[in-house]
Amino acid sequence: MKSLIVVMALSIATLVGLVCMRVQATQSGKNQESAVSQSTISSDSNSELAQGAPANPQTSSDSGRSLVLVASLTVFVLSVFVGFEIIAKVPPTLHTPLMSGSNAISGITVVGAIIAAGYKETGIGSFFGMVAIVLAMINVVGGFLVTHRMLLMFKKR
Amino acid sequence: MNALVPLLYLVASVLFIVGLKVMSLPRTAVRGNLLGALGMLLAILTTIFDRGVTGYLFIAIGLIAGTVIGTLMAKNVAMTAMPQMVGMLNGLGGGASVLVAFSDLLNTSDHHVDTLIAVGLSGLIGAVTFWGSLVAYAKLEEWPQFKKPHSLPSQQLINAGLVGLNCLFIAILAFSHNSAIQIACYLGIAISGSFLGVFLVNPIGGADMPVVISLMNSYSGIAGAATGFVIDNNALIIAGALVGASGIILTQIMCKAMNRSLSNVLFGVMAGGGSAGNVDEIYANVRSTSPDDIAMILDGAQRVVFVPGYGMAVAQAQHAVRELSKVLEARGAVVEYAIHPVAGRMPGHMNVLLAEADVSYDKLKEMDEINPTLDSVDVAIVIGANDVVNPSARTDPKSPIAGMPIIDVDKCRTVIVIKRSLSPGFAGIPNPLFAMPNTLMYYADGQQAVLDIVKAVKAL
Repeated sequence: MKSLIVVMALSIATLVGLVCMRVQATQSGKNQESAVSQSTISSDSNSELAQGAPANPQTSSDSGRSLVLVASLTVFVLSVFVGFEIIAKVPPTLHTPLMSGSNAISGITVVGAIIAAGYKETGIGSFFGMVAIVLAMINVVGGFLVTHRMLLMFKKR
Repeated sequence: MNALVPLLYLVASVLFIVGLKVMSLPRTAVRGNLLGALGMLLAILTTIFDRGVTGYLFIAIGLIAGTVIGTLMAKNVAMTAMPQMVGMLNGLGGGASVLVAFSDLLNTSDHHVDTLIAVGLSGLIGAVTFWGSLVAYAKLEEWPQFKKPHSLPSQQLINAGLVGLNCLFIAILAFSHNSAIQIACYLGIAISGSFLGVFLVNPIGGADMPVVISLMNSYSGIAGAATGFVIDNNALIIAGALVGASGIILTQIMCKAMNRSLSNVLFGVMAGGGSAGNVDEIYANVRSTSPDDIAMILDGAQRVVFVPGYGMAVAQAQHAVRELSKVLEARGAVVEYAIHPVAGRMPGHMNVLLAEADVSYDKLKEMDEINPTLDSVDVAIVIGANDVVNPSARTDPKSPIAGMPIIDVDKCRTVIVIKRSLSPGFAGIPNPLFAMPNTLMYYADGQQAVLDIVKAVKAL
């Protein structure tokens, strides 16, 4: 019951985060593409990198930006509490599968790796992204499969 | 349409949470794991079909290679090697965080200060996790170079220096607007973080690996969450935070089971105790026994408890132990297993090893559950365990393991200890249990010993 409340709070916090991102997207009207996905950066900012020119973050979006940060931190902190709530009740019998299962979940970094590898300007960054996909995918697939193998042994009875 | 992608990530995150929740019961745990996997599939598909992603060749190569390697690893690993496997997977997750943060730094340039700090933290924690886990892997595999805890002179000073250096690099990274300097700083973070990871884990002994594995599990989650801040993705932040929290809880449980604080495990060296003359005195009245005598004792036993340690798994004796418990149950005895939290080499490891040998999980009793009932046990059979049944933890306040919770087998009517010799356990101290009047030693290899007892009981 307690964890249900925390899960609801978490969902609300995530919605707040989404709203904040909208605010940011409308404020930084200059950069249309960043509204599509927070991970997408327009190509003209990439050419800045090529010239080694300093980045100049739009001051108009700074307040929206700090709202996003606060929302992300909120999500992080609440998720830590959800994690404590759930994991504390797991019996010692299941601690090893729990660890390998949560390990597989930490392979969620694969999402970041896919974004990095699929970046529109193919370059050294995309290559590192590909290597990251391999590492994270071993973590994900290996973790879930080995957990499944162990849990089947517990299920037999 | 705009909000669809983050909403799908939210659904994936909820699947992770519900999956972990459902995983907390042995009956439903398989479903919980599948829910988690479903959440991961959803997150991956969402990312691939997101409009921000374009170059599919690299993605396809990476996904296929990772899936094949991961599947092979999971199918072939032995249950005794599970701690190494989990350690390795933790490390790979950390390594992925290092690379993702780096490629984000290379791919985009208009980073905000908070994103750059996240990039730095992601690189640092990821590098520490990667190298720390690899050293833990080497220790668990018992590679000779890593078997003994190594520490450099003034190791803690060096570590503190590395942490300071990393803070400096992160600060320059965050406030520099020159991308060349940023990249140089990031490489500095990754390299000094790697040294930090090695230096943190290398001085820790093999007996403390359950703590290290749990801690690295936590770090891999936190590294993932930091990467989530880099790419502004809530799914990474939520999943990373969940894993970080679960790792911290397991670390706490392991530390408590050894009666040591986390900082003591990380920075302290366990003091050896007990002089040689002392040992002879303690072991003056040790009595040994034979399979036939053990069979006679077991003949009248109503309640028998096995106390397995990692030595049992090394001797591959778990199947023989189950065979013996089946024989005893057929003769009307109640057989249970008393599992100390650090009986294996990672949290819950012993339970997995016994489950593999087809021992039903309701016969596996936790230490706190079985301790109050041990005085009504007729025979306790200790196999491959030593420090976790050492009564000096309770009686001798000067012992290095003083205060460590133990399984009180000395309260049972008869204790049979199956062991090759009287050599000490990980803690390097003598065990007064072996010399108690109700204890009988049976010196033999675990598996053969149990098989001989089975034969003798059947011959009754």
